[in-house]
Amino acid sequence: MGVDLAQFHEAFFEESFEAIESMEASLLKLDVAAPDAETINTIFRVAHSIKGGAGMFNFTDIASFTHTLETLLDGVRAGRTRLSTAIMDLLLKSVDVMREMLRGAQRKETFDPQRVADLQFDLEVAVANNAAAAPAAAAAPAPAAPAPAEPAAASATETVTAAPPSAPTEWLISVRPLENMLSRGNEPLALFAALAEHGELTLTVDLRELPALEAIEAHRCYLSWQVRLTSAVGKERIREAFEWVEGDCDYRITCAAPPDGAAAAAPAPQPAVAEVAAPEAPPPAPALAEPAPAQSATPAPSAETPAASRAAARTEAAPAASGGDATSIRVSTQKIDELINTVGEVVITQSMLAQLGADAEGPSAERLRSGLAQLERNVRELHESVMRVRMLPIGFAFSRFPRLVRDVAQRLGKQIELKLTGEQTELDKTVLERIGDPLVHLVRNSIDHGIEKPEARLAAGKPAAGTVHLEAFHRGSAIIIEVSDDGQGLDSDRILAKARARGLIAPNETPSQEAIHELIFLPGFSTAEQTTDLSGRGVGMDVVRRNIKSLGGKIDIRSERGKGSRFTISLPLTLAIVDGQSVSVGDETYIVPLVSIVESLQTKESGVNRLSMAGEVISFRGAYLPLVRLHDLFGIEPRSRAIHDGLVVVVEGDGQRVGLFVDDLRGQQQVVIKSLESNYGHVQGVSGATILGDGSVALILDVPGLIRSTSSRREAA
Amino acid sequence: MSTNASKSPAEAESYQVLTFVLGNETYGVDILRVQEIRGWSAVTKIPNSAPHVLGVLNLRGSIVPVVDLRKRFSLEQAEYTAVTVIIVLSVRNEAGRRDFGVVVDGVSDVVDVQASEVRPTPDLGCRAATDHIRGLVPVNDRMVVLLDLDRLIGAEMVEAAGSLPETVAA
Repeated sequence: MGVDLAQFHEAFFEESFEAIESMEASLLKLDVAAPDAETINTIFRVAHSIKGGAGMFNFTDIASFTHTLETLLDGVRAGRTRLSTAIMDLLLKSVDVMREMLRGAQRKETFDPQRVADLQFDLEVAVANNAAAAPAAAAAPAPAAPAPAEPAAASATETVTAAPPSAPTEWLISVRPLENMLSRGNEPLALFAALAEHGELTLTVDLRELPALEAIEAHRCYLSWQVRLTSAVGKERIREAFEWVEGDCDYRITCAAPPDGAAAAAPAPQPAVAEVAAPEAPPPAPALAEPAPAQSATPAPSAETPAASRAAARTEAAPAASGGDATSIRVSTQKIDELINTVGEVVITQSMLAQLGADAEGPSAERLRSGLAQLERNVRELHESVMRVRMLPIGFAFSRFPRLVRDVAQRLGKQIELKLTGEQTELDKTVLERIGDPLVHLVRNSIDHGIEKPEARLAAGKPAAGTVHLEAFHRGSAIIIEVSDDGQGLDSDRILAKARARGLIAPNETPSQEAIHELIFLPGFSTAEQTTDLSGRGVGMDVVRRNIKSLGGKIDIRSERGKGSRFTISLPLTLAIVDGQSVSVGDETYIVPLVSIVESLQTKESGVNRLSMAGEVISFRGAYLPLVRLHDLFGIEPRSRAIHDGLVVVVEGDGQRVGLFVDDLRGQQQVVIKSLESNYGHVQGVSGATILGDGSVALILDVPGLIRSTSSRREAA
Repeated sequence: MSTNASKSPAEAESYQVLTFVLGNETYGVDILRVQEIRGWSAVTKIPNSAPHVLGVLNLRGSIVPVVDLRKRFSLEQAEYTAVTVIIVLSVRNEAGRRDFGVVVDGVSDVVDVQASEVRPTPDLGCRAATDHIRGLVPVNDRMVVLLDLDRLIGAEMVEAAGSLPETVAA
């Protein structure tokens, strides 16, 4: 076929990454002692569809690896392989490797083949061991285990074709494509080619449904076929060829007769020859019979994230859905951003019209105003719904934690129960992408430093398993994420001692508990007695705080000795909008982000002191702050240079405070952030621009950048 | 437009040029680079930008810098009036596509230019002064200066967006 498959690669990668995530989530849900059949099936299906996709797009190494994984999973599914912690580890490792391989293929880089080969070898050994341990080959057509002597060499195709030898059987298969088979990209020819791999194929085509030439629709298939296949493979293997057309085509596989001519009598060699009506036939699952009780035995139901369950639901639904009734579509973020841009323009135009309408006079002015009022309502709703398009549930960020907690807890010999709540809470995609790492840090810290070892917990009268709780909810126009644990809490005495030793706090000073807890956010501050490979190097909390601040949020800690700690992160719902205070300097208007404003005050000439070369300082709550005259910094002619004519806005950034001298304060408003850099470049002290209600542009101040540039200037001076 | 724009006008046999007036001179730019022609409207100043970067304005939701070509070419300063025109142009460089506006005295015409008619810029001894000129072409007995926008604006913006001045209140 002359179709360039490369154009579908991105979709394949995206779907595969999602599929891997759902696979990982399902693996973590799996109880080793009492595995749930449905979950195993889900995992198997995911591996299978990745293998299929990889094969189709010619990622042979991925396909080969996934095939080995699938073989092991098939053993688990059929009950030949007993699930153990070792196997679970192997499966989880495979998930990682698959993800890495896909990422490598996506970036067109090669992925360390040794690591793949090693793991593939381990998987094959596991398959072989279990096949040897359970030689009762009652389940007939098993994918053959590669002989232990040449495991690494056993490539995918060899494993597939190495079927248990049995007498060839004649199979009768009727194939009737449904209306949408061709339009969904399934090609009957490919199906027959797949069948032909199993043995000798004879086709009889049925033309009865073929309409007159002028009535033919090009994308419909009017043909159906009778297939005679003489092959030694079992029915299961034949049905595999149909897996891709499941739902697009009716088929029926019956055993005609063994080739030796015995008449229509039920044939002996194949165990299960019951008739199967394809569309509702699930993949063969011996354990399907008892899904309900097994499911209730699944551990930690709260650990199921919406992302995972949604993804899982999608993979499950995909083969079943025969129509185009999808409830979601993939849209590139660029298209959404364009839409948001346009709607932003509509908002500005609307406010311009509203100003005109307010001044309008004449007979129709009243009707104009009521029309404008309606327009305003509609535009506001439009704006809100467009902004919501970029919002995703935070469950996408939470979904990695069950795995992380399991791994870290295992390594540290601790028992941890992870609780996730509020996964449906939505926030902007960009914020979501950047909050992941800080959260990982906090959760790791909780497990490493917070939760005690089981013995210590029992001794302290707590349950042996510690709880780490991730919770998200909305408060006003912010999203709050809390990471809490019921561990030992912060050791204030030790933090204080350390701070005194490092000269951060004077020996005679006794700060409040809160102030002591705040110290852990200082760069390089760690009280861990031993640095582990997980945490304790002191590069943690300050980075966490900086990352969160760069998102326009803040993080607070509350901790009680012996009871546990709670980190509260407060983030704006979106990076596209900032709550700002407009200030005016001369003819210009600037926006100061509200989050960095401490206080605004009016002061007298006497409140300003000059420190020779270093500039001016003002007294503020018992401390002296540098005074930055915005008109000097930006080279603008101000309305007045006299300090009592204007206002001082005390702002804070990177832990430092300065007083910004401006002419006047204007209103507070939410502004949409626009990039200055896309057409111009970076301007120091300015983080972006926004468009005001009258269509003019106002610059948004970058307070930390301003403070940095003024302090470097003072040093230079 | 992308196919045409990617083809350098120098290679095409004939192409269209938008001409505009600055003082007594006529300049020309490849018409495929012209995004929009609009009347003068107030701009927002950018702190500590190069003198010829007047500021930024709102072009249908994106923030576009505006360059005063008179200042850029060290011509005598003119008043901004209602008839002053901003031509919004696009350049392509390593950073991708950038839009910017230029303030000119007035837009003249769209003319067809044959590649064979374009004369090289004579060596005036100072490369920097002529670096942004693609060539000269006679149109109706007038000399039109064809501008090389990528050279004219390329590094310009990044340079302009330098750091805050070291001494402000001195």
